[in-house]
Amino acid sequence: MTTLLQPIEGIRPRSSKSAVPQRTSPQIRRRNRKDGLLFWALILPNLVAIVVFGYYPTVYNFVLSFTDWDFVQPAPVVVGFENYVELFQSGSMLMDALRNTAIFVLVAVIGTLFGGMAIGALLAQRLRFSGLVRTIAFAPHMLPGAAIGVLWLFMFDPNYGLSRWLFSMFGMESPSWTTTSDFSLWSITIAYAWQRLGFVAIIYYTAILDLPKDIYEAAALDGARGWGLFRYTTLPLLSPVTFFLTITGIIAAAQTFDIIATLTNGGPGTSSTTLPWMIYDQAFVDFNIGTSAATATVMFALLLVVTLVQTKYASKQVHYS
Amino acid sequence: MSLTLDRKDESAAASRTATPPEGPPGARNLSGAHGGGRTRRRRGPRRPLPAAMALYVLIAATFALFAVPLYWLFSSALKPEHEIYTYPLTWVPSALEWSNFSEAWTSAPFGAFLQNSIITTVVGTGLEIGVALLSAYAFAFVYFRGKMLVFALMVGSLMLPGHITLLVNYITISNLGWLNTYQGLILPGIGSAFAMFLIYQQMRQVPEELVDAAKMDGAGHLRRMSTVVIPICRPMILTATLIVLITKWNDFVWPLIVTSTSDMRTLPIGLMFLRSQEGYDAWGPVMAGTVIVAAPMLLVFFIAQRRIIGGITAGAIKG
Repeated sequence: MTTLLQPIEGIRPRSSKSAVPQRTSPQIRRRNRKDGLLFWALILPNLVAIVVFGYYPTVYNFVLSFTDWDFVQPAPVVVGFENYVELFQSGSMLMDALRNTAIFVLVAVIGTLFGGMAIGALLAQRLRFSGLVRTIAFAPHMLPGAAIGVLWLFMFDPNYGLSRWLFSMFGMESPSWTTTSDFSLWSITIAYAWQRLGFVAIIYYTAILDLPKDIYEAAALDGARGWGLFRYTTLPLLSPVTFFLTITGIIAAAQTFDIIATLTNGGPGTSSTTLPWMIYDQAFVDFNIGTSAATATVMFALLLVVTLVQTKYASKQVHYS
Repeated sequence: MSLTLDRKDESAAASRTATPPEGPPGARNLSGAHGGGRTRRRRGPRRPLPAAMALYVLIAATFALFAVPLYWLFSSALKPEHEIYTYPLTWVPSALEWSNFSEAWTSAPFGAFLQNSIITTVVGTGLEIGVALLSAYAFAFVYFRGKMLVFALMVGSLMLPGHITLLVNYITISNLGWLNTYQGLILPGIGSAFAMFLIYQQMRQVPEELVDAAKMDGAGHLRRMSTVVIPICRPMILTATLIVLITKWNDFVWPLIVTSTSDMRTLPIGLMFLRSQEGYDAWGPVMAGTVIVAAPMLLVFFIAQRRIIGGITAGAIKG
């Protein structure tokens, strides 16, 4: 989750600085060997689970992406780059999925950044009831995506949902959000943004409360106030948090599945098909294992780029302290 | 400022003088992962009335943005059928209709869903946290050359998106004959880099003298772990447990592909099938089902929100 994408700095082996003499005596060596065994025994359950259900599948998925299989044939048939060639032809499902994923991720991330920063700044004003608003804003982040999807499905209902009420206030008719291809991608974007917005707001809120006071005192002496103070003081000071939220936001949004599965099933047609939905759809609905594996590899490569950008720049973040 | 101050006013006054009037609020009143004190209500600087009113309008709008959909969920689950399907909308149900819940419960095996969700979540969380504790202790306190390489390998698994492991894990579980079983649901999720990392960081804060003292008393590693390290790290372990618990309860795609019969489905999957089974128009029971899926985590969140929010936000702010 969020914590994990932070740079892992200063992983210092703790006991190495405790007494490990230069010249290892037989006793120490025996102790170390015993510790080594204990180390592996303690690590083993976690390590096995991570290797068997994390690294091995990643590697084998890559192998499968060069094959053709439908779960029924006895074994995957090697077809080389065929899956990738088909995926990257224009008009293919992957092209739709890439475009939809890009739109969904961009709109969701940018929308929640702006909205979350505004709400975070508002909550930091220490008004009455802001504690209550903080709690209620964060609550959707705790809910199962399936519940969010079904709830919004009801609210998007053009006949009985809140959407009809909202649109009728402006004398308009509610669109059929989830069942027309013009709106399906927007329906998942809105529902997803609603789930994530409170989380982003709380992160900004906490960051704003942590801002150094002396800089504000200096800025106040220089006569900065209002928008200028925010634009030239708060915004730059928040840039590490914004960077962090952008990266984790991209990674989280790009992997969203449950809201899509409950709201639109990737449809109508491919209008709300994103990469995760396509991976699922190809493997477990159409049984095109090779295509699914190749799509997963494409998605992995894209997310890896984002993660590498994070690890490269995370250490160079603007530091405030 | 009045001269006679009670305790609460005193601290509020102190914070008011300590904070520059136009600067950002001073002390964070959202406590971090270490527990911390309760939120003290503090008022900001006095504002001109129009500005204050504008802020309150904004905060009311923010409240509505999140509260209205949640209210809609609960009120629809309790509305009599005709009030769901009439327009203009009914905001307050004329009567509380609990039959939506019984209908949801009987039209789908919600009892089984609930049981499966509880078993997979509780057992899965227990195993993941146990596994995380053991490895976190090993990384923090057991000497082994090259352990940081293993550490990097394990934490590096966080970069693997869930969707790339999906297909092969399905094949693995299928080859083991574990499709549609509890072990198939639970075991692929017990490897932990996230909880391990969180707990490891806390363990590194444990004063070495305490552990050494236990060692002097002749306590072995397992004894030191259970009597010294784990009690000290309990707050972080609890936070990690809650976060893992919520993640497992909300999990969707893995239970979806690994279960095939309705008696093995978990609540989120059962909810999806309830929706497609009831069709688009049975919103009362479907919302009741949604409440059954959502309410336990809402309850956990409202009880332990400080700890959960603290745990989730801690890593984001402190670089």
